[in-house]
Amino acid sequence: MELLSGGEMLIRALRDEGVKHVFGYPGGAALHIYDALFQQSDVQHILVRHEQAATHAADGYARASGETGVVLVTSGPGATNAITGIATAYMDSIPMVVISGQVMSHLIGEDAFQETDMVGISRPIVKHSFMVNRAEDIPATIKKAFYIASTGRPGPVVVDVPKDVTNPHDKYEYSYPDNVKIRSYQPAQKGHSGQIKRAVQMLLEAKCPVIYTGGGVIQGNASESLIELARMLGYPVTNTLMGLGGYPASDKQFLGMLGMHGTFEANTAMHHSDLILAAGARFDDRVTNATKQFCPGAKIIHIDIDPASISKTVNADVPIVGPVETVLQELIAAITESGAQPDQAALQDWWRQIDEWRERHGLYTQSRYEESGGDLIKPQDVIKILHKVTGGDAYVTSDVGQHQMFAAQYYGFDKPRRWINSGGLGTMGFGLPSAMGVKKAFPDADVACVTGEGSFQMCLQELSTCTQYQLPVKIINLNNQALGMVKQWQDMQYEGRYSQILYEDSLPDFVKLMEAYGHVGMKVTSYDELESKMQECFALKDRVVFMDIYVDPSEHVYPMQIPGHGPAPSGAMKDMYLSKLERT
Amino acid sequence: MENEPGALSRVVGLFSQRGYNIESLTVAPTEDQTLSRLTLTTIGDDRIIEQITKHLNKLVDVVKVVDLTEGAHIERELMLIKVKASGAQRAEIKRCTDIFRGQIVDVGIQVYTIQVAGTSDKLDAFIEAVGDAVILEVVRTGVSGLSRGEKILSL
Repeated sequence: MELLSGGEMLIRALRDEGVKHVFGYPGGAALHIYDALFQQSDVQHILVRHEQAATHAADGYARASGETGVVLVTSGPGATNAITGIATAYMDSIPMVVISGQVMSHLIGEDAFQETDMVGISRPIVKHSFMVNRAEDIPATIKKAFYIASTGRPGPVVVDVPKDVTNPHDKYEYSYPDNVKIRSYQPAQKGHSGQIKRAVQMLLEAKCPVIYTGGGVIQGNASESLIELARMLGYPVTNTLMGLGGYPASDKQFLGMLGMHGTFEANTAMHHSDLILAAGARFDDRVTNATKQFCPGAKIIHIDIDPASISKTVNADVPIVGPVETVLQELIAAITESGAQPDQAALQDWWRQIDEWRERHGLYTQSRYEESGGDLIKPQDVIKILHKVTGGDAYVTSDVGQHQMFAAQYYGFDKPRRWINSGGLGTMGFGLPSAMGVKKAFPDADVACVTGEGSFQMCLQELSTCTQYQLPVKIINLNNQALGMVKQWQDMQYEGRYSQILYEDSLPDFVKLMEAYGHVGMKVTSYDELESKMQECFALKDRVVFMDIYVDPSEHVYPMQIPGHGPAPSGAMKDMYLSKLERT
Repeated sequence: MENEPGALSRVVGLFSQRGYNIESLTVAPTEDQTLSRLTLTTIGDDRIIEQITKHLNKLVDVVKVVDLTEGAHIERELMLIKVKASGAQRAEIKRCTDIFRGQIVDVGIQVYTIQVAGTSDKLDAFIEAVGDAVILEVVRTGVSGLSRGEKILSL
């Protein structure tokens, strides 16, 4: 058997786990690991410019590819800088393993240089964490970390490794375990057959059904099964922000996104439904509006891998714990076996009603914003043109704010894993580093980061990483010269008192900034040049291009649900502002 | 739960993180040295207790969760209480201790240290019976519990 040091074992274990790319940043406590990394070529390391970006890049890599993202950082500030990205991955259930160096074992607890209690600090935002005390434990710990991160409801796992454990002079026998068994961790493998039966009966009896699906369909690779089930039943489908692409946006059964900035037809259909089939979605507050008024006439079937997500905010009538993909297949089989059909007459009436809603206020059949009369570019149009230029097939990452909602509403994702955003935590600065991760996973694909001048400046140091590793992502900056979403809320709820959202002419010249990093910058201020510049941008295959697009700064994101404390009627899914002048 | 460093902090952290309250908590290794058994008391409606149970089950270090109040069960708590005891008080306190089936486990010139075991209610009642005025110090272990009858918590 081969003798390896702890540092070597760690890197070898990553290789044996099938890891190709690690995003990280070296430092004192991680030096032995970095030395082991240097002496091999199976695992490629991408040196970011800030540890937050390492986690977001690994996160984007994971979301796009389905593989577990891997991060390597040092102790102290290296570890704490990674926290925001770990929390981001945790909230969106993204498989990630974060290896952090730690000060030497005998120094732990003594406030040593660059010491922080990483296991403690990360505890509320990880699925699990390990502190490795002996080098011999490294292979089994890494195996467990990947197993826990990627199975059940996925999530980030931290492995904290004291420096002495990786000492190059202490060698041990290395073998990587083939499998892993943890007695207290056994995620459900399939749905309960009794519950499946009840669900099928309710599904077939429904007169006004809606299928509501979330990130679980994406993470659980259940998109094809969802399409199969939805087509078989002919029921309308809506996706959460995290679930976009789980059902093809261009399909006529798709109602668009639901929730705070969901479409009129999706939110209204949910409110009036008599049955909701929720799959891999967690009835988040950005979906339900006030839970007391949530869909008063609806029975709820809730499929989720995580029992704690069921009946957490909204009570489920039929809970089904299990992997979404397996459970959807079980439902399909049970429906086929029953030989029964949904009530076609009722379904026709339901679709007639939905089509009428769609016709009246729909996002896709009628503009939800005023057509531009003048020169000011509407941000929604930028997204439509992005869709056109990329053939609707780009990987789109985003930051957080109005641009994120416009991208979610108007790009029209037809495939899973194409839409990559921080939905749960809402992390500004996520867009560029996550785009790098996607590009690393899919070097030949178009990767667009839709961002705003506010969010972009939170992680723009990564432009340098893009240069070093030739990661030619395209950055679509919807520049409204303000923190747009905050501004929108200040317009709507604070009588236009713009507290701390303006930069007062301090924005950099983004074109020059790009040139400083060796990239291409384009400034776009009018419709005349928007599409041609966008074509030019994506034609530059091997360059990072930043399109600084000046958009109408007064634009708001609509529809927008009216919260329970807003002017009545308010608080239900169906209560929405539809534009600056209209409401339901 | 696994008898591992950090396991307890995950349980305790879960309660503070999600805004649940811990009334009492006891924990120690079991006959199987790889396992610790933890008895925790908390208050909440059915929905909250269900959520707490589900979240505890999600913790990788937690092997099994049982709500003892779902069935007949035995609860015990141990209290050590130091009281001022001089003159006529000494006999009175001794009587009170006997009534509660407690034991005087240490004797000083001016003080008694008394051990009382039982349900939390009984311990509360003892404190009330001896009266605030003479109590010098109280330490309670928190509740430990087991279900009654043949039912056992095993893996």
